[in-house]
Amino acid sequence: MTLLEVKDLVVNFPTADGVVKAVRGVSFSVEPGRTLGIVGESGSGKTVLTQTLLALTPGGDITGHAVFEGTDLLSLSEDQMRKIRGAQIAVIFQDPLTSLHPLYRVGWQIEEMIRAHDRSISKKAAAERAIELLGRVGIPQPRQRVNDYPHQFSGGMRQRAMIAMALSLSPKLIIADEPTTALDATVQAQILDLLLRLQQESDTALILITHDLGVVADIADEVLVMYAGRAAEMASKHDIFYQPHHPYAKGLLESIPSSSAATERLKPITGQPPSLIRLPSGCAFHPRCAYVMDRCLTEEPQLVAVGSIGAHRSACFLPPLAVGLTDEVEQMRKNAVGQGRHASAAEVAQAIAAAPESQGSVIA
Amino acid sequence: MSGTLPADAAAPWASASGSGDDALVRVDNLVKHFPVKAGGLISRTVGHVQAVDGVSLAIGRGQTLGLVGETGCGKSTLARCIAGLIPATSGTVTFDGKDITNLSRRAMRPFRREIQMIFQDPYGSLNPRRRVGSIIGDPFVIHRTATSAERKKAVQELMERVGLNPEHYNRFPAEFSGGQRQRIGVARALALRPKLIICDEPVSALDVSIQAQVLNLLSDLQDDFGLSYLFIAHDLSVVRHVSDAVVVMYLGRAAEQGPKDTVYDTPRHPYSAALLSAAPAADPESAAARQRIILTGDVPSPINPPNGCRFHPRCPKAQDLCSEQEPVLEGKAGDPAEHMTACHFPVQTGENLAAAGRGSHS
Repeated sequence: MTLLEVKDLVVNFPTADGVVKAVRGVSFSVEPGRTLGIVGESGSGKTVLTQTLLALTPGGDITGHAVFEGTDLLSLSEDQMRKIRGAQIAVIFQDPLTSLHPLYRVGWQIEEMIRAHDRSISKKAAAERAIELLGRVGIPQPRQRVNDYPHQFSGGMRQRAMIAMALSLSPKLIIADEPTTALDATVQAQILDLLLRLQQESDTALILITHDLGVVADIADEVLVMYAGRAAEMASKHDIFYQPHHPYAKGLLESIPSSSAATERLKPITGQPPSLIRLPSGCAFHPRCAYVMDRCLTEEPQLVAVGSIGAHRSACFLPPLAVGLTDEVEQMRKNAVGQGRHASAAEVAQAIAAAPESQGSVIA
Repeated sequence: MSGTLPADAAAPWASASGSGDDALVRVDNLVKHFPVKAGGLISRTVGHVQAVDGVSLAIGRGQTLGLVGETGCGKSTLARCIAGLIPATSGTVTFDGKDITNLSRRAMRPFRREIQMIFQDPYGSLNPRRRVGSIIGDPFVIHRTATSAERKKAVQELMERVGLNPEHYNRFPAEFSGGQRQRIGVARALALRPKLIICDEPVSALDVSIQAQVLNLLSDLQDDFGLSYLFIAHDLSVVRHVSDAVVVMYLGRAAEQGPKDTVYDTPRHPYSAALLSAAPAADPESAAARQRIILTGDVPSPINPPNGCRFHPRCPKAQDLCSEQEPVLEGKAGDPAEHMTACHFPVQTGENLAAAGRGSHS
């Protein structure tokens, strides 16, 4: 049974400069015990998307639905939301130093979380629970460390404390927003290992927001690739990494330095992400896309099934079977571009090819 | 404490580039300790942060040396000592055959043109209230190398060279994206045609697609101007991509150093092996197949580093000897001469460290 189903979520922020279209119609679902990875560049709307679910985006104009266990999160009052936030859906933020209060002991902050949701739990029981949780997330000597202040913890320990806090009320869904970005590789491995283990123990669903495809490759089951507030591609982890369809997803994969081709030139995506106030016409990715065709300039592509398996969907006009990174597929893409590109798109393609970062990757 | 490394152990891999004694930068046994003060009015020194404690390395001309290690291992301190931004406690830094360790401001000045830095944070390293043209033109003003007319032309050429629109000369940093700001930093570093650029986490704050743009730019500039780079990053795949040789640092010491490929393919130090196994690979199949070595605990305090091998409290292979005797950085059997490891019990090919590491976890 689906735990969370988000449908056509739109979030706009009116500002002095115009309306920021942060999320533009995103739908996805999360199953219990599964991990959904959301990837995209800064400003692609991934954080706004998940914070909106918990009513943490004040000032936003929100439409759409987000059904969590039968209730629409977007229609809840602040009081009703408070019962779900933290207890049913917990959040782990990127920066564990700023998400912990510097003047309160770590243990106190975990106890507060427990007691805020259930006053019937005694202070003593809450304190015991905090110690148990710190032990569970791998903090050595939890009975002593529970009385430490956040500054006495290292970065990795703070993130463990945040995870302990997130777990304290046994939530059904954890949203982890760049949980390991601020950490070293060895500590990141510890934290990812911990998240995976806890998830297996308690069948919690996890939404993992990250810009690091390596983290996604490690622990996600399904992946949602976002670009300019929309889903560019959605698929199982395997399909995203080995059978990408959308040129943006493909570009992300190709721009990572790989160990096998360590001396080769990297293939970056040309240009910069667009302004969310003045989005390009048609497909928002077209000013950076090596495969730009005429219809990309005027029509916005919808998410459609691509590849041979039903669950793989992509918002791109390239042929649905053009998935993967092989030469034959590249030829399929080239043929489609040859038929679909005329004067107007050719102009855009030339501009991309002339950009200084372009490495001649644009299809002629 | 220092003196554990023979002076001639200094990175002989520079000879691989055909310039054994002709390395651009040679660092011998560099030590940097920061005093820890206590007491209010009359402060006294109660200890030292041993940020860098006896590191030797060499950077060949036109080569890139990668420096990797966790937060607090001393990589940035080492870089700042090489650049002459902070004085070294002991040891020598030789640049282009001349000893530049702890020179006076005046004596250091000509070398400042030769050694430039690019910083991590493209937001914090540019003054938000100054126009881009004047930021990039600063080096010309400070070193009095160009008239103002020449300066504008030079700045616009630099902007073009790093992929910025020269017409944006009068814009403010806030009008540029993160990747473009890093290009501004690169242009400023390039202005005086330095021989060495120290890149301190130059792409960590950037998205992957933009990161690739900046890495390609750095590699083009290296080819065009024959630059040497000291490249600091915590992203191991980035370091592998750009470097010719790497130094793996742990708590102020070099744990392992050598040519990039042998260190990455056959790491000998358990710490390097753990670091490499922990780095996420953007490839689900290799991620699933990989044996991750999960290190327990955190990096100890550099004020009071562990006795013997500094890594022994976290090492899955540690034995009694490791806590008693400090291992010397030396070549291990089967490795090329340039590949050196400071470990009593180096990792053997095919050895499974993951089993040992996981036992003590959870």
